[in-house]
Amino acid sequence: MATNTTVVPARLAKPKAAAGPWREAFGRLVRNKLAVLGLILVSLLLFCGIFGPLIAPWPYQDQDLQAIFANGNRPLPPLSPNHILGTDQLGRDLLSRLLDGARISVTVAFVVQFVIIFIGVPVGAFSGWFGGRTDNFMMRLTDVFYAFPDLLFIILLSVAFRETVFGQALDGLLLVFVAIGLVGWVTVARLTRGQMLALKETEFVEAAKAIGVSDRKIVMRHLLPNGMGPIIVAITLGVPVAILAEATLAYIGIGVQPPRASWGSLIAEGQKYIRSEPHLVIFPAIFIALALIGFTFLGDGLRDALDPKLKGKQ
Amino acid sequence: MVNAEEEVSAADAPTIVELSSDDVLRERNEEVAEAGVGQKADHLLEVRGLSTHFFTADGVVQAVDDVSFDVGYGETLGLVGESGCGKSVTALSIARLVPAPPGKIVAGSILFDGIDVLKLSHEDMRQLRGKEIGFIFQDPLTSLNPTLTIGYQIGESIKEHMGLSAKAARDRIVELLDKVGIPRPADRLNDYPFQFSGGMRQRVMIAIALACDPKLILADEPTTALDVTIQAQILELIQRLSSEFGTAVLLITHDLGIAAGMCDRVNVMYAGRIVETGKVDTMFESPRMPYAWGLLDSLPRIDDIRGEKLRTIEGLPPVLIDPPVACRFGPRCPYIRDVCREREPELTPRPGEGHLARCFATEPDGWIA
Repeated sequence: MATNTTVVPARLAKPKAAAGPWREAFGRLVRNKLAVLGLILVSLLLFCGIFGPLIAPWPYQDQDLQAIFANGNRPLPPLSPNHILGTDQLGRDLLSRLLDGARISVTVAFVVQFVIIFIGVPVGAFSGWFGGRTDNFMMRLTDVFYAFPDLLFIILLSVAFRETVFGQALDGLLLVFVAIGLVGWVTVARLTRGQMLALKETEFVEAAKAIGVSDRKIVMRHLLPNGMGPIIVAITLGVPVAILAEATLAYIGIGVQPPRASWGSLIAEGQKYIRSEPHLVIFPAIFIALALIGFTFLGDGLRDALDPKLKGKQ
Repeated sequence: MVNAEEEVSAADAPTIVELSSDDVLRERNEEVAEAGVGQKADHLLEVRGLSTHFFTADGVVQAVDDVSFDVGYGETLGLVGESGCGKSVTALSIARLVPAPPGKIVAGSILFDGIDVLKLSHEDMRQLRGKEIGFIFQDPLTSLNPTLTIGYQIGESIKEHMGLSAKAARDRIVELLDKVGIPRPADRLNDYPFQFSGGMRQRVMIAIALACDPKLILADEPTTALDVTIQAQILELIQRLSSEFGTAVLLITHDLGIAAGMCDRVNVMYAGRIVETGKVDTMFESPRMPYAWGLLDSLPRIDDIRGEKLRTIEGLPPVLIDPPVACRFGPRCPYIRDVCREREPELTPRPGEGHLARCFATEPDGWIA
């Protein structure tokens, strides 16, 4: 009895953990095995991207000339001493180069999505909130961007700004990322607009208007947080698209310049030796595939976790 | 249900402020009064000739058509009628929340405490909403933002209108939650709407409506989404708090029982028009309009014979696109005569203080005594 009487008030008095809709969504996310796998892969990629050069066995540009000379001037195969994934034809450690490439992919993931959020969300929010003629004008503008051939646009931008300060920043990568973002924001803008249109008719928005909340606050505090779910999913699923776009560009020689290499340009280099030294293509391809799978699983998991219609099914 | 004291206070406006028990609230009320928003009006709210139309692809829907009424200081006025007769649009028009487009207030004036609401700028109107006019919506389940804590949502209008410090605002929120009967209010500030039951959420909505101590609360079917026992509690709460704060209430309901229990006066609306208005006692003792009879008659009674069909008013309300110039209730009225099809009756006086009805049949020379 004595324990009972002490336990009950203690439980009542204990302040509850802040259980919000976001925490609930996170709970659903971690119960999803594929999403957790995605989360792990993404975390690994982030880790490599941030700490890659520290854990890499060699600096990415260092050549082990003695080793390849000993190997008859051919790239070292995987599992060679000192070079676990082997080297390229110049004796540079493949693992180190892949880890440096991870850094580029992570930067792509963030810079491109940042550009997309920075343009797409305000355009969509503005368009959806004001509606009418403003909406029509903004959406036709996004249609124009949507219709423009992506690759051509990125190549044009890269060439046009190559010699400027902006074009030189981050080894020329910033320009490429911004260019990829500039062709990618349209989807997010449309999504945000759709969310806005649906949410601005809800009763809690009317209730907020009825107590005199300003338009700006209604959009920022009421509409956007409620519409955030699908936008987060789109952004997450947009990361692999961006990584792939960067790889594609690197493959055709736009973006990062030697001696640095992204996964795409590693594949492009390795392709020359694909018959004799397939590992030069296979390992970068595996890295790309894992990164894409990670973000895709995470994105799918987020979609399930954030979609209110699926609530209670798991 | 209406006691004498309330009637007196309704007639004699300034005393309401003095009656307010809360010193802080009283001071603020006086400040507002001194700030002098024009001359003190006879009524808190004067609606004159209000017409709100919706411009749709099918034509102009005259949802509210030439509606006039007053709400006295501290008075509770009922607005009753069946679905789609313009009750909610009337309330939305007062707060200028009619969705535009397609809705538009095309004519009339709304004087709130001497201010012409329809002439206010967007920004001034925003200052009025929440501060002077509170709104209680029908469905507490959808009227609260699921991603924000209730503390934030109650504090929103306090922050917007009262300029209190974070600490003072928090104290006020706790006080409000306590007033609307939420147990352990300080612990529940950071809870989200999904952690509350329907009745509790409606209490939160009431706290939001009362947050800045408004002069008028527009309650749009505040209990329709709740079950009957909760309904009684919520109505009792609205009634108690409105008399405590001296707040006038415009209560919109389709439930005549609620109107009878809560209101000082009642307006009956039909097809976008007021068809009968009067004190609640006279209205329920001797309604002077066949539509009001029909509404009263369709209430289930405790002495009804089991198994018998419930009584209804035959037919449907008219479509409000180009309504004919005739009595709008005519097609459903069992007492209809030719005159009702030729022109529309005016609101004319009937026996009883301030009792008006829109019906040829019950006029002194009509065919119903």
